[in-house]
This record gives sequence, structure tokens and C-alpha cells, in this order.
Amino acid sequence: MKKKFFKPSVLENVKSHYCPGCGHGIIHRIIAQIVEELGIRDRTVGVCSVGCSVVAYKYWDFDCAESAHGRGLAVATGVKRCNPQLVVFTYQGDGDLASIGLAETIHAANRGENLTCIFVNNTCYGMTGGQMAPTTLVGQKTSTTPWGRNPKKGDGWPLKICEMLSLLEGVCFLARTSLYNPKQILLTSNCIKKAFQNQLQNKGFSLVEVLSPCPTIWQKEPQEALKWIEEEMVKSFPLGVIKDV
Amino acid sequence: MRNKKNTHRVLITGNEAMGEASVRAGCRFYAGYPITPQNELIGYMSKRMPQVGGVFIQAESELAAINMVFGASCTGARSMTSSSSPGISLKQEGISYLAACQLPCLIINVSRGGPGLGNIASSQSDYFQSTRGGGHGDYRIIVLSPFSVQEAVDLVFLGFDLADKYRIPCMILTEAILGQMMEPVSFPDFIDVKSVSRNKDWILDGAKSRKKRIICSLFLEEGVLERHNLVLQQKYKEISNAESRAYTYKTEDANYLITGFGIQARICREAVDILRDRGIKVGLFRPITLWPFPYQELQKISSNIKRVLVVEQNYGQMLEDIKLGLPHKEVYFLGRGGGGVPTVLEIIEKMDKII
Repeated sequence: MKKKFFKPSVLENVKSHYCPGCGHGIIHRIIAQIVEELGIRDRTVGVCSVGCSVVAYKYWDFDCAESAHGRGLAVATGVKRCNPQLVVFTYQGDGDLASIGLAETIHAANRGENLTCIFVNNTCYGMTGGQMAPTTLVGQKTSTTPWGRNPKKGDGWPLKICEMLSLLEGVCFLARTSLYNPKQILLTSNCIKKAFQNQLQNKGFSLVEVLSPCPTIWQKEPQEALKWIEEEMVKSFPLGVIKDV
Repeated sequence: MRNKKNTHRVLITGNEAMGEASVRAGCRFYAGYPITPQNELIGYMSKRMPQVGGVFIQAESELAAINMVFGASCTGARSMTSSSSPGISLKQEGISYLAACQLPCLIINVSRGGPGLGNIASSQSDYFQSTRGGGHGDYRIIVLSPFSVQEAVDLVFLGFDLADKYRIPCMILTEAILGQMMEPVSFPDFIDVKSVSRNKDWILDGAKSRKKRIICSLFLEEGVLERHNLVLQQKYKEISNAESRAYTYKTEDANYLITGFGIQARICREAVDILRDRGIKVGLFRPITLWPFPYQELQKISSNIKRVLVVEQNYGQMLEDIKLGLPHKEVYFLGRGGGGVPTVLEIIEKMDKII
């Protein structure tokens, strides 16, 4: 029998600091596996941004830089433009990419920077204790929306990054995927792989938004958290390939 | 000498001259955002970088520009950004990260009047911000201050060399006057870009046949950040001991000393000449490195000095360093802010009162 599931060599043998049921571990593993499959470990540079995944570099066996909050795509732009032989990706959460770093996100995308961007959307600021994120659902309770996010009281609506970026000419690939069952994990893996392959083919800016569980902040059991993504989160954030040129 | 000067001289503005100097000094990455009075510099780089195979990016903000420089520096490229006072304030976050990660780069501040949006006239009110770190955390950057367009050119070369040597951000702090004025300049020859990219054993170039490298400034485990900070502090000590530079003029027999930095020192030098013609034994002291401040050079020339006048385009910032360097001297101050420039006449009038 052929062995189908294994630990990628690019994934480090370290203890996870993530909470039980967190999606980061799965996405880290997917990236490690793709870097291994594509044979690009020797020329990959990851840019880790501020949030729970700021130390993502501990889990990968390739070069990484840590960026200031929201500035991942600016840092990645500098790295890639100076050394186009490198395969450069950013790994960013919703607070980082969609709030404080929104200008960097839109402009890197609009310039068509030949980069891969992994956007982990868990609807909250996990590391700082679960405040409202730009992607928090309407009605969702967080530590800064104790009665639920209320657009009528000025909290705004969930920010749909993929749909916004789809308007920009410089963007070649946008997909929104999730992790709520093995099939979705496989789809996520396929989309992230495509986002890396696009860069290898100099096609421009690719972004994959992954709807990822945060059971601790959502105050749900890991299984319940996955169910919540499947039943509630996808209503505001429809899954699928949004742009592919 | 690596930087052999050409005999050919060109008439050029300070902003454009610093741009050309950076290209000749091996800069191959520039990111910037428009702001007056440094716009000639970003404009010059947009033309010049593609000609030499370098990268020019007009960034969406000063925040993005300095972080693009961060990324470029991670790859070992000589990289630069430029701005003016309000824009430099925005870059401070990035400068703190560059300092923490020990990444070299050159930052040019063609400073203007503040606080706030201020105005676009010449001012020296960013001295504290530049020399005391500027962003959050315990750190310093090397700060160089030219008083002619030629010196601005020379300090661009020195700035890149020092930044690389010590793995530290380096700033040229100059003023609207120098950025905008034209002077004849001899440019040093182009240096070999490859010669400055060698031996960088910390850069991110893909972990081929080696262990992975991480460039980061987050150290959560107990004691690790403290040890990291001590490494930085040790480096700052080394720089303080080895790299302070000053310019002196007619100080050998002087009883009185005028001090100023940058373009203001040029104005002070004229006042020194006029006072000398009147028989007053006065000299000029000008720090070239604002950090590290040349305290020892100042003390060395001051044994016969009775009184000191500090002249600045602010309300007394370098004044504090002069007082630190000369705690037992009588120190007087003449300053104008908000775009005001102390004139030769004002300096002479002030000296008449002091003497």
C-alpha cells in the first residue's frame, strides 16, 4: 500500500503553541507540504506577520522574516523585487491583512506583485483576546462587541477581501476555502498550491483566504467551531475560486 | 582610495546629488513617498534606478516604503528611502524594527518645519527624534549631517558603509535649504555592487545547503530580549568609540566658540569670518555625526574656550548635547523654529552681547 499521509520534511519537529482545534497547524502543514512537493525549500522566504501566527517560522524549515503589524506585503515586496529568484509568501491574519495592513494589501495586489498571500480569516483578533476583527460576523460577540457586532451602531460589516481584490487588474488568483472537513482541507491545499505555482510562472498576485477555526475565542468545542464555519461563516464568506486568470 | 573623486564637476541640487551618490554607492533598491521638500530625490530615483538595473517603487505610504526597505535589506541589497519630517515620523515604526533586526539601510530626512504638518521651509527640529532613537524601544541609529551638497554626496557613501559595517540603519539628517540648493559637486566613481553584497552571512537568500535563517524582533522567552538588547547596546558603544566625526574651523587659538549643525553651521562659519576680521578669536565646531555625538572632539578643542554659542533652526535641541559635552562652560543659545533661519547678522549681534 502506498503511504498517503506523512509529515513533510519542511515541517519542523517542534511542539505546537496553538490552542486545541486551531486552524493554523493545518495551514502550516499544507504550506510545508507544498513547498516540499514543488521542490522550492531552498528558495522560499516566508513573511510572518503579527498575530497568533507571528512565530510561524518556528514550524518551517526555510528562511523567514517577521514583519511589523500589517506590513507583511510591503516586506515581501522588498524581498521579491530584490531577488526575483526567491519564492516569497506572506502569512497573515484578518486583523493584520484586512485592518491595519489594508493599504499594503490593496496596493501590493494592485501592483500585481508576483507574490503568494495566505490570508487566515478566523473573524477575530485571537492573540490579543478576541476583539472584533474587520471580518467579524454581524451579531458575533467579541471582547469589544459584547452585545454582538452591530452595523447600525457603527461597527461596520464583515469586510470581504477577496471580492474587493477581484476588481483589481494586478490580481491573478483569488480563492476562499475552509478547513471544516477533509474535503475542504484538500481544496485549501489545492488552492494554496496553485497560488505558489502562479508565482513560479510569474503570473502576479495570488491570495487564498482560509476560513479557519478559533475555538478558544469563539468559546466552542473544536467540532462545534468547524460546524459554525460550515453553517454560519460561509453565509458571509461564500467559498470558491473568485478569480483565476 | 576606493572613492576616487572625478575632476569633472556638475552643478546639482542637494536632493538630486544624494540620489546620484546613492546609485554610485551601490544602492539598488529605493522606495519612497512624495513629500516636499525632498521630491527631487524621489523623482531622480524613479529615472535613475531602472538605468542601473535597480528597483524603484513609489510606495502607497511612508509606512509601506520603510517596510519595503526592510524586505530589501533582508536580501542584502543596499537600500534606501527618503522623506521629510512628517513622513519620517511615519517611518519611525519601521526604523525601530530595522534597528531591532540589525538591518542596514540609508534613510534621508530633508527636514522641514514642524510640529504637525508644519511648513515646507528649512528646519532642524527633528534633532531629538533622529538622535534619540525616534521610534519605540532602546535603540540608536547613526545620524550624519552635511553642510554642503558635496558633503551630502560624501556622507551618502559613508552612510552606506557604516550601515553595512555595523548592520544598523543610518540616517542623513539635512534641511530643506540643502535639499533645494545647487552647488558644484565632484561625484566619486561607481563602486562595484558585488563588492558590497559579499560576506553577508545573515541575509535571506534561500536556505540552500545551509540551515534556515530567521530575521525577527520578537523574543518572548524570559531573558532573551534582554540579552538581545545588550548585543545592540554593545554595538552602540563600539560605534560611539570609533565613528564620531566633527568639523572644526579656526578653533586653534579661539576663546569663543560657535556651534551648529548642518546648513546652519555654514551660516555660522560666515559669522566666524566676519568676527575674525574684527579681531575676535572665535572658532566653529560642527558635529558631522549627530549620533554618535562627538563629545571628545568638542572637549579637545575647548580648553581655552570661555563662552559657547549654540545656533540652531529649532528651540534648543543640540544645545543639550553641547551642555553634556561642556558641563563647565558658559553656553548661550540662539535659535529660530518654524522655518526661521538664524542669519549671519543675528549671530553676530548675539555674539556681541555674549562677549
